[in-house]
Amino acid sequence: MFTCHKASTKQLLISVFATIFLLSLSGCSSLGIEPWVKPYERQNLADPIMSTSRHPVADKHVSHVYEARESARGAEGTGGGGCGCN
Amino acid sequence: MAVVVVVINMRLLLLFIFAVVIGMVSQQIHAAVLQDDRVDVLYHSYNGGGMDIDGPAILLRKKARENIAVQAYYYVDSISSASVDVMSTASPYEEERKEVQLAFEYLHEKTIIDVNFRRSDEDDYLGNSISLNISQDTFGDLTNISMGLAYGANEISRNGDDFFAEESKQYTLNFALSQILTRNLTMTINLAAIADEGYLNNPYRTVRYVDNSQPSGVGYQSEVYPNTRNSFATKISASYFLSYRAALFANYRYFSDSWGIDASDVELAYRHPIGDTFELEFNARYYQQTQANFYSDLFPYRDAQNYLARDKELSTFNDTTVGFSVTYLVPQQYSFGDLRSEASFQWDHLIFDYENFRDPTAEGGIGNEPLYGFSANVIRVLYSLYF
Repeated sequence: MFTCHKASTKQLLISVFATIFLLSLSGCSSLGIEPWVKPYERQNLADPIMSTSRHPVADKHVSHVYEARESARGAEGTGGGGCGCN
Repeated sequence: MAVVVVVINMRLLLLFIFAVVIGMVSQQIHAAVLQDDRVDVLYHSYNGGGMDIDGPAILLRKKARENIAVQAYYYVDSISSASVDVMSTASPYEEERKEVQLAFEYLHEKTIIDVNFRRSDEDDYLGNSISLNISQDTFGDLTNISMGLAYGANEISRNGDDFFAEESKQYTLNFALSQILTRNLTMTINLAAIADEGYLNNPYRTVRYVDNSQPSGVGYQSEVYPNTRNSFATKISASYFLSYRAALFANYRYFSDSWGIDASDVELAYRHPIGDTFELEFNARYYQQTQANFYSDLFPYRDAQNYLARDKELSTFNDTTVGFSVTYLVPQQYSFGDLRSEASFQWDHLIFDYENFRDPTAEGGIGNEPLYGFSANVIRVLYSLYF
């Protein structure tokens, strides 16, 4: 029973991932929505001060520190693993 | 059970291949670009809870062609540990961990495919992993979607015990959707599903239980964890450009797993330029989690249940981080070869408060010691050169 429950949970997750991903690929244009921020209107977003990955080597270290001290992991975009966590 | 896992893994693989094909076919003709070539040199330091960890790291990124880039990463942790876990049942120790990553990126019009190989090596732990990720700009470049798979295999040994050899494996599925919402606001949602299997314990850690046959009144036995763990994490992030040229960042993450742990964290950061050469950033973060359902600070007797844990990272606790960083944008005339470069100093202060993990080294009697807590300082000093 427990095995079946875990399997159905994984299948549900896969279905959610697949649905979101394929809907994203189709783009909002299939819904009749056009891009509303033109390329020439994106200078603020392109400013380096808005960069979220400005120091990737520091970001990796931040994630490593938290992953070693907390149980939560994932959804961060950086790798983790084996770590002198005792 | 094995059949179910194989079927699911095959479905994951087929789904990923299908998504790659769809992504390649559905894109419009509009070139994207790979990130700049760069080298980053970092010194990092962690000090707190009886642990001192420091070491260097270096990241080198270079385009081989306009559409192919290679990235190498080398990282060292030099660890000196006298943490509360160690001091209660063992002796202080020192060790070193080295990590190497090698990544290849391939750009095809609006799609970037990257493959990353990673190896982490310690005296008693060897981890290898490979990940494959595909990302694509779409919807007039207002939207970026990415999806990735990772597989890791770990070999666990125990110092002083030549007969101890265990393994674990990890499967990860990632999805991210970034959306430009206004001229000043972008949002991203990240999803991750992680499946672990194999030996997931720490081979040195023990649990304690009431044992009146001992003069101390307490006995110790090895931890026993389940051989599987399924985790799911969702993170929502926002970046906002303030009209006087500053940036505000916020993110929230929710995590849950099959061990009964529910966790969430929220983080805010504010980045502000000073003139043309300095940038300040202030950040604050709060994290909380509930315990694993097989955790206890003190079990009533030996073998009290099938699974046993006294890892403080599996207890109920919260932690708070406050930090700041200052980045110096080096004027080109002072930089190497007139190349663009910057130097940064980053400091974080972390405070951990445990709600059901007691300090066994303190007075008070078994099970009545004060609750444990500690603080830590994390420092990063780095130099980045773009070429």
